[in-house]
Amino acid sequence: MAEAHSDYYIPEPSHWPVTASLSIFTMFVGGATLLNGADVGQYILGLGFLLFVFMLFGWFGVVVKESEGGIYNDQVDVSFRMGMAWFIFSEVMFFAAFFGALYYARMYSVPWLGGEGSGAATNQFLWPEFAAAWPLFEAPSNHGFNHFKETIGAWGVPFWNTAILLTSGATVTWAHWGLKIGSRKHLIAGLAVTVALGALFVGFQAQEYGHAYHELGLTMNSGIYGATFFMLTGFHGFHVTMGTIMLATILGRSIKGHFTPKHHFGFEAVAWYWHFVDVVWIGLFIFVYWI
Amino acid sequence: MSEAATHDDHHDDHHDHHPSGLMRWITTTNHKDIGTLYLLFSLTMFFIGGIMAMVIRLELFQPGLQFVDPQFFNSMTTMHALVMIFGAVMPAWTGFANWMIPIMIGAPDMALPRLNNWSFWILPFAFTLLLSTLFMPGGAPAGGWTMYPPLVLQTGAAFPFLIFAVHFMGASSIAGAINIIATVFNMRAPGMTLMKLPLFVWTWIITAFLLIASIPVLAGAVTMLLTDKFFGTAFFSAAGGGDPVMFQHIFWFFGHPEVYILILPAFGIVSAIIPTFARKPLFGYSSMVYATGAIAFLSFIVWAHHMFTVGMPLAGELFFMYTTILIAVPTGLKVFNWVATMWRSSMTFETPMLFALAFVVLFTIGGFSGLMLGVTPVDFQYHDTYFVVAHFHYVLVTGAVFALMAGAYFWLPKWTGNMYDEKLGQWHFWTSTISVNVLFFPQHFLGLAGMPRRIPDYAVQFADFNMVSSIGGFVFGLSQLLFVMVVVKCIRGGEKATDQVWEGAHGLEWTLPSPPPYHSFTVAPEPSSIEGGMR
Repeated sequence: MAEAHSDYYIPEPSHWPVTASLSIFTMFVGGATLLNGADVGQYILGLGFLLFVFMLFGWFGVVVKESEGGIYNDQVDVSFRMGMAWFIFSEVMFFAAFFGALYYARMYSVPWLGGEGSGAATNQFLWPEFAAAWPLFEAPSNHGFNHFKETIGAWGVPFWNTAILLTSGATVTWAHWGLKIGSRKHLIAGLAVTVALGALFVGFQAQEYGHAYHELGLTMNSGIYGATFFMLTGFHGFHVTMGTIMLATILGRSIKGHFTPKHHFGFEAVAWYWHFVDVVWIGLFIFVYWI
Repeated sequence: MSEAATHDDHHDDHHDHHPSGLMRWITTTNHKDIGTLYLLFSLTMFFIGGIMAMVIRLELFQPGLQFVDPQFFNSMTTMHALVMIFGAVMPAWTGFANWMIPIMIGAPDMALPRLNNWSFWILPFAFTLLLSTLFMPGGAPAGGWTMYPPLVLQTGAAFPFLIFAVHFMGASSIAGAINIIATVFNMRAPGMTLMKLPLFVWTWIITAFLLIASIPVLAGAVTMLLTDKFFGTAFFSAAGGGDPVMFQHIFWFFGHPEVYILILPAFGIVSAIIPTFARKPLFGYSSMVYATGAIAFLSFIVWAHHMFTVGMPLAGELFFMYTTILIAVPTGLKVFNWVATMWRSSMTFETPMLFALAFVVLFTIGGFSGLMLGVTPVDFQYHDTYFVVAHFHYVLVTGAVFALMAGAYFWLPKWTGNMYDEKLGQWHFWTSTISVNVLFFPQHFLGLAGMPRRIPDYAVQFADFNMVSSIGGFVFGLSQLLFVMVVVKCIRGGEKATDQVWEGAHGLEWTLPSPPPYHSFTVAPEPSSIEGGMR
């Protein structure tokens, strides 16, 4: 029966979870204080962030060490896979809220404000001059929202960004093949290209934001169009940034000789995440930039 | 005691090392320790939220403003809801899940024990954020727990703390839900097939799906509130082309699954208790599973019944009315099955059974008032009145909380190894059940007569029923101290509990000693010892 016992793996007590909570709590307190207008908030926020980064190194360090120590059996591997898969699903639903806001604005709130359907009285009594349109260059009210002249077209930078992300999805798969056939060089090359493409995407996106803010006058404050545009692309850009950091982490681990052709959940988790970010971008490209 | 369990004891000797004192609880990766933490946290929040309810009922005891100013009153209603939903009921279910699911499925622990520790240890920090707002300039959030804009955007310094607290609690719930799904799908003992799972496990998996699908939507909604307030976005501002009603749609897309998150595990517990004390297998096990799934599915397409009066297109009103009424079918099926289980059975009425029976009757009353509210033209009359307050307190207090009490009495002997004081338990039951009806039943009448919710003062014609309701409230609040007495006494000692505890009890948890070893099943139980979930 002793063998049966060793089938189960239960980790030792750990202080990393409570450290995680403490660091995020500190960041929240700092962030909220800063939003309320007290400058001391930025120091609290920074302190929390440092603690958070320290925690990431510590917690993931333990997991990587245990994994490389070979104490994770197949059952643990499946638990990790399920955990990551459902985490990604929760992220999908997070994006769904913002996509929902976009569809609602385009399908309902803007047309209703323009007098369509049951919105006739709304239009007549609130902003009779307002005409519904998408992209909505001019918000119903002249007060508090800045107008813009042009949106970012789909076939410029966003098109190239689409190409970049799709290519990076292919290169991460190519890296996976390298890992599976046991070719370390192939793996490292594939990951390095993927990290570079991810960083390039983020760079283009940042440059595009600069263009929107300084030349087009398209900002977060540009009515519902600006709100949905920056929330969706910004939240996605944040995820790409995270994904790139994750990819860089497993690139470093690959260089150190981690992962085996059979046992590389860490790699796969990051690859899944990267494909998820990729698919969300397709949605963004179609619904935010293109149609 | 089974052979497997003896082995557990043996293995336990070398596997049982952990830090002692406070660090044991802070660093623990053990499902029972974490379950205990969740349950104690939940009980604490139940009393903090309860004190807020007492303030509300005290102010409403008589017409006029007696004790608190209206702003603080509104803070109390808002915080009472947030504390009870996110602090008391949801953590209590996760606590039950932590304690019972690994044992029920024959596993040694949860699938992701460190994540499990984290999902608990978020909560004290999240509630520090939330409760600290009571002491901030501008006071605690007072715009209602639903956080509707534009009202909620007028919150003072508390606003970003509220938003971040909601994000934080949500992260805890999602992590807990992921863990439960991974545990059930990956850690079941050989022979524990899906259709043999106890219903508590089934209802919890479905609850976990609801959590993972709905909580992120809430996070998205409150994030948009945050950017509307601080970063100039116009999601919920018509002046910018957005719509405050859009918040309500997004919020209730989360909010309706949320109410089933609060009640589905209750169905699971009641489905365990009634067969035990009726000494008969559960009637219609598989239909219970499918009904739970049907309720979960429907919960995603009924959300706008919370907002019939906002001025939706007629097609929307009709769609959401029909889907809402449809929920009565699987729910009615469940009630039928519980009653059919008791038909021609040999029942005894220990405290868990009493709470479970009260659940069936009183939850059904809450379900009926829900049906009334689901009918669009009728809801126009009832919307935002005390009828709604009465409805959701019947389903949440005499529903969810009564099931929690039933479950606590049911498993306390298993957890502590000692029988609870049955006489005190019976007192707790009867005082609670009588007073809770005195508390909430008159609120139906108040609502039908037109008394709006969330007001500190009211017209004099509502005075009598409000006074009756407040008296019921105070008695109900005090009665819960009896529960604390029961729990404390039970932890400290009492008649030793047997492994099976209850004569009619079936299932893996009753094959382990009371209390069970530190790691539940370090050796999988014999497949032949696994019965179907209907027992």
